[in-house]
Amino acid sequence: MTSTVDEKAMSDDAVSLEAQQRWVPVCRYDDLQPECGVTALVGDRQIAIFRIYEGSVYALDNQDPFTGAFVLGRGIVGDRNGIPTVASPLLKQVFDLRTGKCLDDSTVGAAVHPIRVRDGMVELAVT
Amino acid sequence: MQRQHVVVVGNGMVGQRFVEALKDRDTDRAWRVTVLSEEPRRAYDRVALSSYFDGVSAEELDVVADGCYDADGYTLHLDESAVSFDPAERVAVTSKGQRLTYDALVLATGSYPFVPPTPGNDLPNCFVYRTIDDLDDIRAAAEAAAAKGRGRPAGMVVGGGLLGLEAARALRLLGLSPHVVEMAPRLMPLQVDEGGGALLKDMIEQLDVTVHVGTSVSVIKQDDDRLLATLANGTELDLDLVVFSAGIRPRDQLARETGLELGPRGGIAVNEICRTSQPNVYAIGECAFINGMVYGLVAPGYSMAEIVADQLLGGEKTFTGADTSTKLKLLGVDVASFGDAMATTEGALEVTLNDPVQGSYAKLVVSDDAKTLLGGVLVGDASKYTMLRPLVGRALPGNPVTMIAPGGGDSAIGIDSLPGDAQVCSCNGVTKDDICGAIVEHDLTDVPGIKACTKAGTSCGSCVPMLKTLLSATGVEVSTALCEHFTMSRAELFEIARTERIATFTALIQQHGKGRGCDICKPAVASILASLEHGHILDGEQAVLQDTNDRYLANIQKNGTYSVVPRVPGGEITPEKLIAIGEVARDFGLYTKITGGQRVDLLGARVEQLPSIWRRLVAAGFESGHAYGKALRTVKSCVGSTWCRYGVQDSVSLAIDLELRYRGIRSPHKIKAGVSGCARECAEAQSKDIGVIATENGWNLYVGGNGGFRPRHADLLLSDVDTETLIRTIDRFIMFYIRTADRLQRTSLWVESLSADGVNGLDYLRSVLVEDSLGIGAELDEAMEHHVAQYEDEWAAVLDDPDRLRRFATFVNAPDAPDPSISFEIERGQIKPVPVQLMEVTR
Repeated sequence: MTSTVDEKAMSDDAVSLEAQQRWVPVCRYDDLQPECGVTALVGDRQIAIFRIYEGSVYALDNQDPFTGAFVLGRGIVGDRNGIPTVASPLLKQVFDLRTGKCLDDSTVGAAVHPIRVRDGMVELAVT
Repeated sequence: MQRQHVVVVGNGMVGQRFVEALKDRDTDRAWRVTVLSEEPRRAYDRVALSSYFDGVSAEELDVVADGCYDADGYTLHLDESAVSFDPAERVAVTSKGQRLTYDALVLATGSYPFVPPTPGNDLPNCFVYRTIDDLDDIRAAAEAAAAKGRGRPAGMVVGGGLLGLEAARALRLLGLSPHVVEMAPRLMPLQVDEGGGALLKDMIEQLDVTVHVGTSVSVIKQDDDRLLATLANGTELDLDLVVFSAGIRPRDQLARETGLELGPRGGIAVNEICRTSQPNVYAIGECAFINGMVYGLVAPGYSMAEIVADQLLGGEKTFTGADTSTKLKLLGVDVASFGDAMATTEGALEVTLNDPVQGSYAKLVVSDDAKTLLGGVLVGDASKYTMLRPLVGRALPGNPVTMIAPGGGDSAIGIDSLPGDAQVCSCNGVTKDDICGAIVEHDLTDVPGIKACTKAGTSCGSCVPMLKTLLSATGVEVSTALCEHFTMSRAELFEIARTERIATFTALIQQHGKGRGCDICKPAVASILASLEHGHILDGEQAVLQDTNDRYLANIQKNGTYSVVPRVPGGEITPEKLIAIGEVARDFGLYTKITGGQRVDLLGARVEQLPSIWRRLVAAGFESGHAYGKALRTVKSCVGSTWCRYGVQDSVSLAIDLELRYRGIRSPHKIKAGVSGCARECAEAQSKDIGVIATENGWNLYVGGNGGFRPRHADLLLSDVDTETLIRTIDRFIMFYIRTADRLQRTSLWVESLSADGVNGLDYLRSVLVEDSLGIGAELDEAMEHHVAQYEDEWAAVLDDPDRLRRFATFVNAPDAPDPSISFEIERGQIKPVPVQLMEVTR
């Protein structure tokens, strides 16, 4: 009985989240050079976008959590033990592109943003 | 269960250490902690107090761990002292009338400055040197004195011990001319013997501090708005202010009034677990009399703090004495003293080496049979301290004279002679065996690894050189792999790329590496490809390999803006070009600063402004200065024989020729050069990677110099050569460096690392470059000719190419929008970055 209620509550949440989310196109997928970040301005948020070598795209908050500067989109993209990464261009801490977690300091991370490619366009979700 | 309550009186470094030690261990939160701080600010680093005048702020001196008093039951009361306590009732009363019931009371009241009973010691502008408030008062008085505009103000420090010299340093930083008066016949009488004290006095007097030893202050009198001090030896000093720093006395008043037992000359008497004559009352740090003495150093205080924290949680730690060895830098002079430095042990022998020319004094104290090291003093050069201190109380590994002889160093003493149970890191009590064990057990390959595993080297850091020696002694072969993606070194990768003619990173990593690279191998390979002349550094895949500086052809700054440095060959510039730089800076609102390399740095440019800035600069005849690259930076010069009455050669022309020849070449690290027109060396060429000094007959060539992090004078490679030979040798030097150096290895370390067949460093280099012992001379010459022939200005080449220009946008979806996070404020008529706030969720 209880579990039914919980499931219903969860699906309601999911629906309302979907309703609040809006996908905003920011650039053409072909504009992204492999392993080179760019930055998009969505409202007043700065979001760093990365296309890795095999083609997937990732989006992190552009603010470097160590220095506060908005620069992560200008970091070097690569991998560490197979994990796709970007290194902050300021003090070189490395972040996991999938989770935003800093691989050099587990207490620090950058926020991850939903991103997708539709009809050749890169889109970011805004709420 | 009801939590117990500990009241801590005093929030100095030791009191704070106690709180943090208790908090770390009291995982069940059995204790509530209330701390009373008499000062209006929480604990700060009193040891580093004089750095307050170096620009270190009160906030930066703060030593309280983040969130220490956010924890449940941890309370700090500032501006509130304890006025009394009742051991029977176990109640402490504060200056604000609070009555605190305690289960344990910890007295950490520290000490107060001793002011000698000199008449006039209470006049205005007489200060003590103990708290940040004292420093603020001294600063205000110094500023008021300077404002009178009667030339350089003067100050007197009473006391020539450790604290007195710190105070003298502080006065010097405030722009005062300091006098130090010490009653003993030498400076630092507690740490240094007569010989060391004499050298110390000489060295400190060279630093513009007047030293008066063996005398005291008889009287201080007011003389209008100045102070007039008369010394016992008759000297009269006309002063703006006086600082008393003649030692400290334990603050035991509270304990005295409560009837606690005291030491014979003050200090709250405690036993080996720091308990006073009253149960539940402890005393730690400089207010405690323990083991027959009062310690005025922070390390023993920390030990006491740890012991009481341990006791409160049922532990059994006891105080077993403290190492009072010290190594410090006073006014830039190294001073170390360890063990029985004053040779008070019966029959002790002293071995002394005094070199006033080099400015070093060393003394070892050994047992009467000359077999055991008892202690020592080092002044001027304290580098042997890390090796000698652990040997105190142990058999001498060699002849004591050789042990302190210049250059003897580690090799003379030998790491092998250090017994396994000798403490290498005395701050954290880590022995040689602990370290070597950890290296083997955890396969450690570097110093950070040792630090993480053993805590050695994590406090004062003086043993770090020893950790490196231990690493190599344990036979750890430091891996030359560039990173996890390439098992080869940079030099090996360079040879692969050169001989196999590999022109892209992808080809190189697919054929010779694994994965997709990282921020270490990508810029290294980009530099290799650029050295091998594979086109513009922003073309094709090369662009994504570059560090942000190379990617935007500018230097990133802390707020994400960039700086721009146009090339000014040899530092020679026409008025028109200087005006052009000024106009660009003014029109774009950039901060301008003259660099050490005789150019102008323009700071605060946003990414999308860079092309417009460079369009203006290129139109005015400038080209990239490569300040952003691992490349030739500048060739600095003096005005040379054209103008200077001493000059013997035209240093400016040569500097320009060299700068234009090597501009744009990519190398393992930056290259700096200098040309001086005579032996007076105004261009400071001997601190450069490549230094040229004019002689009557031609040029002397120096290589491998370095300023910065690890200063090194350049070595003389060639003497009295003509310009053609000079340039050919520099060509080969640069090309050989590019081929064989490690990633980010400056020429100084590279020259030192060279060797083959028992020929080392400079001799080997000379054999390769001059005698062509490897038979690669023609190849190196040809590579340089190729570089010179194909050079183009990187920035001009960007402005001409729409594809390259497109990369200079902050936002992919709003190419003209500036970064809204960047803002500036004005300081001294120019911009400076406003710090960016970190968002709380991300950290």
